[in-house]
Amino acid sequence: MVMFWVAVLAISMLLYVLLDGFDLGVGMLSGVAGSEPRRHSMMSAVAPIWDGNETWLVVAAVSLFGAFPAVYAILMSAFYLPVLLMLAGLILRGVAFEFRYKTQRMRWLWDVCFSGGSLVAAFMQGVMVGALVEGLPLIDGRYVGGEFGWLSPFAALCGVGLCVGYALLGACWLVKKCEGDVREAAYRLIPHLSVGLLAFLIVVFAYAVLENLPVMHRWIERPYLLVLPATGALAAIAMAVGVIQRQDQIPFTMVVLIFVASFGTLAISFWPYMIPFSITVEQGAAPESSLAFMFWGEGLFVFPLMLIYTTISLSVFKGKIDANSHH
Amino acid sequence: MELTALFLSRLQFGFTVAFHIIYPSFTIGLAAWLTMLDALHLATRRPTYRLLFDFWLKIFGVAFGLGVVSGVVLAFQFGTNWSELSRMSGPIQGPLLSYETFTAFALEASFFGIMLFGRPRVPPWFYLFSTAMVALGTTLSAFWIMVNNSWMQAPVGYAMENGIFVPTDWFAIIFSPVVWVRFPHMLLAAYLTGAFCVAATGAWYLLRGKFTAEAHVMLRMGLYLAAVLVPVQLFVGHLVGDYVHDRQPVKFAAIEGRWHDEQPAGEVLIALPDPAAETNRYELKIPVLGSIIGSMSLTSKEVGLTSFPPEDRPPVLIPFFAFRIMVGCGLVLLALAWLGSYLSHRNRLAKYRALLWLTFFSFPLPFIATLTGWFTAEVGRQPWTVYGALRTADAVTPFLTTRAALISLLVYCAVYSFIFAFGTFYIYRLLRAGPAGRLVLAPTAATPNRPMSIANEPASPELVAGE
Ligand code: HDD
Ligand code: HEM
Ligand code: HEM
Repeated sequence: MVMFWVAVLAISMLLYVLLDGFDLGVGMLSGVAGSEPRRHSMMSAVAPIWDGNETWLVVAAVSLFGAFPAVYAILMSAFYLPVLLMLAGLILRGVAFEFRYKTQRMRWLWDVCFSGGSLVAAFMQGVMVGALVEGLPLIDGRYVGGEFGWLSPFAALCGVGLCVGYALLGACWLVKKCEGDVREAAYRLIPHLSVGLLAFLIVVFAYAVLENLPVMHRWIERPYLLVLPATGALAAIAMAVGVIQRQDQIPFTMVVLIFVASFGTLAISFWPYMIPFSITVEQGAAPESSLAFMFWGEGLFVFPLMLIYTTISLSVFKGKIDANSHH
Repeated sequence: MELTALFLSRLQFGFTVAFHIIYPSFTIGLAAWLTMLDALHLATRRPTYRLLFDFWLKIFGVAFGLGVVSGVVLAFQFGTNWSELSRMSGPIQGPLLSYETFTAFALEASFFGIMLFGRPRVPPWFYLFSTAMVALGTTLSAFWIMVNNSWMQAPVGYAMENGIFVPTDWFAIIFSPVVWVRFPHMLLAAYLTGAFCVAATGAWYLLRGKFTAEAHVMLRMGLYLAAVLVPVQLFVGHLVGDYVHDRQPVKFAAIEGRWHDEQPAGEVLIALPDPAAETNRYELKIPVLGSIIGSMSLTSKEVGLTSFPPEDRPPVLIPFFAFRIMVGCGLVLLALAWLGSYLSHRNRLAKYRALLWLTFFSFPLPFIATLTGWFTAEVGRQPWTVYGALRTADAVTPFLTTRAALISLLVYCAVYSFIFAFGTFYIYRLLRAGPAGRLVLAPTAATPNRPMSIANEPASPELVAGE
């Protein structure tokens, strides 16, 4: 039962990172779009699906609350300010989608909300992951790090890294979805963003070795897990080939693979801890009666339905978008 | 009051959830009204029903979108501000909240899309079925929330293990008698909200001499429905009062403004409670009625606030006045609904412009009643978060600083008033434009996840100028 909910949680989080990742990325890139027609095409490339994408955040949050209440309590309270800023960013970005088409004069305001909101939300998510990797100070199952305990150079670095990663996802999505100069501009950005991401990963690795973060021990103990980062590396090479040959479908598929590999790498580094090196999956789990209650309704029936629906709605929206359509 | 993290967190939760409830209480009622319109259209084939349906569907889309946006924050706040509550009662509240989200998602996923975009693609009976399913979905959402909140009001079906509320009997939690009076009370409140908003829109059009055919239908349907539902609501309200009397006597005493035990007890109609002196000023009181309302007896003894230690008493002023405002709204709505229905039945309502104006101005009343009802319930539950089991002071995130709480409160206030202002303005514009406009769908808007996009009609020149 615990493993079932670990799986639900992992799937929801991964889906969230992949799906909202590319539309947050597009949001950030729209800040540097330059011209209104370009920005319009970029928004059209995510407009019909961003809301469904974001729902996975709520799904992940309530699954965590229901199945691992102790972990939920620690993480949300420790990340008080980052969560606040992330939510504010997401709300502003969400309403900007609708409101920018209702006005001419105030459009710049919604455009700022759109790209700024995406940037803040992505940065805060990265910061939280970084702080989690570094380890949260806990005493007696409660966070004791204070208001800004999550803030560190490493966490900020991870925030920047995730922004770059999302922007890369976004650029690959634009290549897949758009035509004309948006596609070209995205193609030109991909090498820069990839190099940026690579540099970030190297710095993180170096930092982890230098600081001797506990995460590193997991990898020394289980070297066979290196197959995951290796997959990521192969995907990066395939992406480069796709970009050189201008094969529109390949970069996005490959960047998704890179993200899946990184997500897996991270998850395995943590296992069996949920909050690294203080709370394990078993310790954080709700009592059996709660897990079973959730399993027999939403777990067994609703969750598979949601997966099917997500697949359908993404496949309905396949192919290139028509740049002239009203978003 | 001193600005502590605890106080600010209470303020923040109250503010955000009060903001949120405005939209669901409207959309739950509206979804049911849309179902009724579609069924009527299917049965009678009158084009008016179809026109009204398309019109209210746009408004539904915007309100639903705002409900979703404002709801996302609430789920997170349990963890950020009430981490001890989440840790201890998460095994019960978490699953209930997750059921709410999963059900909401399932409904959005399947039937809402058909409702927004599927009219040309599915047979009419299936379209009606989808609309009904959306209405059922919003109702289920409200149901899980009411189960969750009712468990906090009257906790059952759990055992304490290592300071954690462990669920032992889900049946008792879901079928608690408290749920089954409070859920109907909330549902009726939502239906009344929908009914009065529809009726007020009808009255507005009649006053402006526009869309008169549609206006008559709206006015009549809204008022007739309200004429039936308001009395039911007042009766259910009485049953809700009974549960408070039995399970939360101290809240009941605060609502009644009763400071000392009385036998037989009087009923305070209106007064200015004075907590410092533990007495009421300017009191208007009817003897014996208090015993009748509380226990259906002429002689029963009813407890007063001073029978409880001061640290177990809720604040008195808010429950006392909020309750009276709610009941007052209910009585005004009853008078309006009955008088309006009577005149409408005799086809004379359109002549009484004053009554049309009153009907138009009545639309905030159900919202006010809903909010004040929640204030009664939530403030009256203090100083407990889980009644009798977990105090609010022990539920708050222990290390939350005043500064962080203040920042978050200000950010939420700013963001919410921002979207509230634009959202309300937008609904107002749709309402003013009226049901005449044709529904234009954007070609790429082929998925149901963007309810607000359905309202994306090309604005008329008049409207653009108004920005
Ligand atoms: C499932 C849970 C739940 C639900 C459905 C609601 N609330 Fe609530 N409310 C809480 C759970 C809660 C809480 C988290 O438990 C709080 C915070 C601290 C406390 O004691 O209760 C609270 C506090 C709280 C307060 C502050 C009371 C005080 O501290 O004096 C107000 C004014 C409201 N709420 C108002 C509302 C309104 C208008 C609601 C209608 C939508 C509502 N609540 C629904
Ligand atoms: C603590 C209190 C509450 C929380 C945590 C909460 C949470 C949420 C969330 C997260 C959503 C968006 C779901 C989605 O993504 O689709 C939502 C929407 C909704 N909520 Fe709430 N909510 C609360 C109070 C209430 C209350 C009191 C009601 C009514 C009785 C209610 C009824 C609804 C409905 C009907 C929706 C669907 C959207 C709409 O119609 O506007 N909620 N809520
Ligand atoms: C004679 C009329 C009424 C009586 C006696 C009554 C009674 C009550 C009582 C005692 C509560 C507090 C419940 C608690 O503490 O848990 C309450 C809550 C509430 N009332 Fe009323 N009420 C009346 C009319 C109305 C009307 C007309 C509306 C709305 C249109 C309304 C909407 C609500 C809501 C939304 C709540 C909060 C939800 C809940 O706690 O169940 N009430 N009511």
